[in-house]
Order: sequence, then C-alpha cells, then structure tokens
Amino acid sequence: MIEFLKFLSIMIIPILITIILIHGMIKKINMYEAFVEGAAQGFQTSIRIMPYLIAIFLAIGIFKDSGALNLFTKILAPITKVLRIPSEILPLAIMRPISGSGSLGIVKDLVTTYGPDSFIGRLSCTMMGSAETIFYTMAVYFGAVGIKRGRHTLPAALISHIAAIFASVWVCRWIFS
Amino acid sequence: MMNIIWFIMIIVGMAVAVLTQNTHVINDAVIKNTQEAVVFAIGLTGIMAVWLGLMNIAEKSGLIKKIGRIMSPFIRLLYPEIPKDHPAISSIVMNMVANMFGAGNSATALGLKTMEELQRMNHHKNTASNAMCMFLVINMSSIQLIPLSVLKIRADAGSLDATEIIGTSLVATAVSTIVGIVACKLLERKY
Repeated sequence: MIEFLKFLSIMIIPILITIILIHGMIKKINMYEAFVEGAAQGFQTSIRIMPYLIAIFLAIGIFKDSGALNLFTKILAPITKVLRIPSEILPLAIMRPISGSGSLGIVKDLVTTYGPDSFIGRLSCTMMGSAETIFYTMAVYFGAVGIKRGRHTLPAALISHIAAIFASVWVCRWIFS
Repeated sequence: MMNIIWFIMIIVGMAVAVLTQNTHVINDAVIKNTQEAVVFAIGLTGIMAVWLGLMNIAEKSGLIKKIGRIMSPFIRLLYPEIPKDHPAISSIVMNMVANMFGAGNSATALGLKTMEELQRMNHHKNTASNAMCMFLVINMSSIQLIPLSVLKIRADAGSLDATEIIGTSLVATAVSTIVGIVACKLLERKY
C-alpha cells in the first residue's frame, strides 16, 4: 500500500498531463494553441501575487530572524506544559503555520538531535506531515484574486492547526508508546 | 485581520531586535526575504503557465465539465453555493489530487486557478466568499498522503522505518481537516 502510494506520488503529475492530452487528442482540439493561450495567463497571476508574497515574506523574515519567534515560544511554554505537549516540539508547532522551509529546518534539527525513531522524532515528522503554512497560503491565494477581507478563514485555519497539534501528540502517544 | 497580524509581526520583531541589540539582522532579513519572495514568484511563473495551459486544453476538450459532473455531488456537500456544472468544481478536485500526492507548486497553480473561478461567482469582490474560505481552510489543513520531504529527512537520519509516520500523519491530518471544515461551517454565519 505504502509503496503504491509512493509510486503514485511520483506518477501523479505525468498521469494528469497524459489524461488531459489524450482526452484533448480524442476530442480533436488544437492543443498547442490552447496551451499557449492558457499559459499566457500564468504571467499575470505570478506578477499579481508578487507584492503579497513580498509583504508576507518580509513580516515572517523579521519576526523569525529577530528572535521574536523564539521569545513567543518561551512565553507559550508554560501553557503547553499543562496541555501535555512536549516542550521540544513547541517551536515546530508555532513555526509550522508561519513558514514551510523554516519548519522543515526545525524537523531536520529535531530528528538529528533526538533520532528519527525517538518519540520527539516521530512526533515532529507527524506534525510536519499534518499541517500547512497558513499565512503564506492565505496571502498568495487571496492576493491573486484581490480579496481584502478573508472573513473567518484565519480563525478556522488556526483552529484546524491547533487540532493538528493535539491530534499529532495524541496519535503518536497512542501508536508509538 | 491580516493587517493587524502583519503589523504585529514586524513591530514585535523590530522591538525584540532592538532590545536584544540585534538590529543588524533586520537589515539582512529585509534584503534576504524580499529577494526570496521575488525568486519564488518568478519560479512559480513557469509551473503556473504549464498548468493554466493544460487546464485550458482540458476546458476546451470538455474534460473539466466531465470531472465536474462526476464530482459535483461530493463537492456540493462542502461548497453548496457552487452550481452543478461550474468549472470551479474540477479545479477544486484537481488541486485536491495534486495536494494529496504532494505535487507542491503544481497544486498551488491549480489552487490559484480555483480561486479565479470562485472569484468570478463572488458577489463582493474584495470579500472572501464562503466557498473561498472553505477551499483555503481545507487546503491549509493539508491532506497529503505521502510527505516525501519528511520521509527523506527520516531516511537520511538513518531511521529503521522512515515510512512509519505516514499512518500517524494521516490520522492527524484527517482530524485537523474535519475540525477545520466544522469550524468553517460554524464561523461562516458569524463573519
């Protein structure tokens, strides 16, 4: 099963492209022209999201590099202790919604420090695989279509992220100990 | 809300840098991160163009409509306001598939295409519709089946069974996605 899923992960893009092209061939449309016509829109989209990307990368960069993120983690530590979340995992839980590459760096760090098959190692990998970068995704997706008011998106996403943290801790305790 | 968070992140970052006498990092952070953003956006241009090109073929050949029709009963549960034959359905499905299999920037390209479709039927152009909020929350709760980058880290660190976290990740992500959907449905009435 896992081998099959791994195989699919590598094959999914070729499969999708093949289906689209074969279907287009059967329906006898001018695919080359249709592709170029669609592709032209790609440039507009990436130019449109660029200012939003710069804004969010700037804020994330300053927040992270200044040490504010570490400070934030220290402030939250007593609360998570009560909730039985291991303190080693806290920087990851906070970094995950902010930065994808940043949190991957933390996972790498935790895995090398504690070992990939330790509880912390397994928990950090589970958490990494069960959450997404919220702020960046919101900035890019809303920015691309000019949405200024995101309404309940951020609160709902944060609730979902907190659920991911608790679920990761719970399922790892259940399976691995 | 983004306005406040953006402001707080920058101001708190500045304050911490000043208090810890680390102000030189701010300058580096500004240069490094803005550059990264531009490189990222330009890098995304290629893959965006590829998927928008392919989606245009799929649209012209009628494939988009077909996928939409097959998936619409399922999609309508989560996005009741999307009409049955709308092209948004198939781009939602394709983005979900790409996300599940960790297709990275391809998933982003398809997601942006979805947002454009949803924006077309949005009545208040600068306010997110219920469908947009739901789409983003599901997207951000991550439904990836095989976290390849995590598996690589584990394998590189010499794990005895690098794949053992796939099961736990799936359980955790299922819980977070369901919680996200419920939260979204409950909150959409309040905002």
